Amino acid sequence: MLIIIFFLSSGLFLGWSLGANDAANIFGTAVGTKMIKFKTAALICSIFIIIGAVVSGAGASHTLDKLGSVNQLAGAFTVALAAALTVMWMTKAGLPVSTSQAIVGAIIGWNFFSQTATNMSSLSKIVGSWVFSPILSAIFAFLLFHLTKKIVERSKIHLLHLDLYTRIGLLIVGAFGSYSLGANNIGNVMGVFINSSPFNDITFAGSFHLSSIQQLFLVGGIAIAFGVFTYSKKVIMTVGSGIFKLSPVTALVVVLANSMTLFLFASQGLHNLLTSLHLPTFPLVPVSSSQAVVGAVMGISLAKGGRNINFQKLGQISLGWVATPIASAILAYIALFFMQNVFMQSVFK
Amino acid sequence: MIKFFNNKTKQLEGDIDGYLDRVTTAGLIFQEGVKAYVSGKKDKFERNFKDISILESGADDIRRDIKHKLYTYMLIPESRGDVLGLLETLDDIVDICEKVLEQFSIEMPKIPEFLKSDFIELSELSTKAVEEVVKGARAFFREIEMVSNYVNKVHFYEHEADDVEEHLKRNVFNSNEIESFSQKVHLRYFAEKIATVSDVAQSVAERLSVYAIKRRI
Repeated sequence: MLIIIFFLSSGLFLGWSLGANDAANIFGTAVGTKMIKFKTAALICSIFIIIGAVVSGAGASHTLDKLGSVNQLAGAFTVALAAALTVMWMTKAGLPVSTSQAIVGAIIGWNFFSQTATNMSSLSKIVGSWVFSPILSAIFAFLLFHLTKKIVERSKIHLLHLDLYTRIGLLIVGAFGSYSLGANNIGNVMGVFINSSPFNDITFAGSFHLSSIQQLFLVGGIAIAFGVFTYSKKVIMTVGSGIFKLSPVTALVVVLANSMTLFLFASQGLHNLLTSLHLPTFPLVPVSSSQAVVGAVMGISLAKGGRNINFQKLGQISLGWVATPIASAILAYIALFFMQNVFMQSVFK
Repeated sequence: MIKFFNNKTKQLEGDIDGYLDRVTTAGLIFQEGVKAYVSGKKDKFERNFKDISILESGADDIRRDIKHKLYTYMLIPESRGDVLGLLETLDDIVDICEKVLEQFSIEMPKIPEFLKSDFIELSELSTKAVEEVVKGARAFFREIEMVSNYVNKVHFYEHEADDVEEHLKRNVFNSNEIESFSQKVHLRYFAEKIATVSDVAQSVAERLSVYAIKRRI
């Protein structure tokens, strides 16, 4: 058991850092602008991340699994550790980093090390989604901004009531965003452990069934929630009042656009619905909530007439698509080598 | 919880509307007071002066109450400072209206017949500037894109008031009917005081237009 906990620890650490960093993408502006108290935000965020992870986390995780099924616990530990260290190192260097990109790089590192062929169709699906997600988020934000502006102008709503509705909206959309974040990003944290999950399926009271993967996601979700409670306040204060200063109503639009994007790339239900209607579907892929937020802010800037578009930020995003996976892949390869040859652990079957 | 905040919000909306009503009323009492004084209706003027004094202290209480509620219930964190700034500057209008009537009551300037219509016109223009700035303030809360329309009207009436003030002062100093220089200076002083009401309305309008830009989505 102790060994299992030890091996899961790198995934939990990755989860913690995800919680610490990404809660700000959902509740950053709401807390930064004092519309919602941090404690309320953290509570809602944690609960819904866990629900999203357990209920709807399988879809995006499955895509990661197709990219490379890490089949030994020690290998999974090393892959998650390499991703976590990349995230930590890039955060320290001040580069916008995404756990999705770090874990994909680390899995490819494992593929190279174990001489497993990387599933190119999965890889292209994943990279395509990374490029598409901020664009989609920008489109959502652009449209939602115009819609909200029209509604607010036409309804002649009083400033105080607008404030009240915005607060309620931020809470609801924040919950939806947290759910989507949990669903979309739990794969990054726990996906590599799926094939070596130490848990067994449990059924409570004859009807409530929790599969071994869901238990894994529950643990990962709790690690993310822990990150939200212990460290995200600091990040929220920087994001909320620093990088993008938005009015509460625009913040609501940004969070909604971000949440919708994450949801589209995570929801198995929506995927099935679109398939049954013979409509084009979105691949279930872990994307970056930070990049979706930047996309949404760009969408708002475009809607306001294209002022203040931060091209440096766009450059940094595209750098993230390439630099993060490469750095993480190299790190994973080296770490796996050490794990196998120094610590004598079997990292693949 | 939502119901609680909904009730508080409605209450506060009512308070703000009530406060703005008081500012408009202060402008109207001021106008009526100047008219009554100039027309020699001393009793009516004193009633107006008393009314505006009561209204001024009541407006202060409402403003303090609004401030207290905004902070206690942590409402509109983004625009709280602007709203309080707006209410405080609107309070300056009520104060100046009261002060001018008080000075009439204390100093009792002698208004010659040929200047009466100018004094009345000046007070009417100042009051119109006040009315328009209050409409602008209401628009700030409900219909932000209309603010600039009212701000323009305030500028217009303030400019008109300036013209009448200048005309009045020239009439005073060119007149042979007013013999003493001290009386001329006294009348100039009152012309300037009445016009100050429109000047204060204009400075509120300036702030309002900045707040409106900030509040645009």
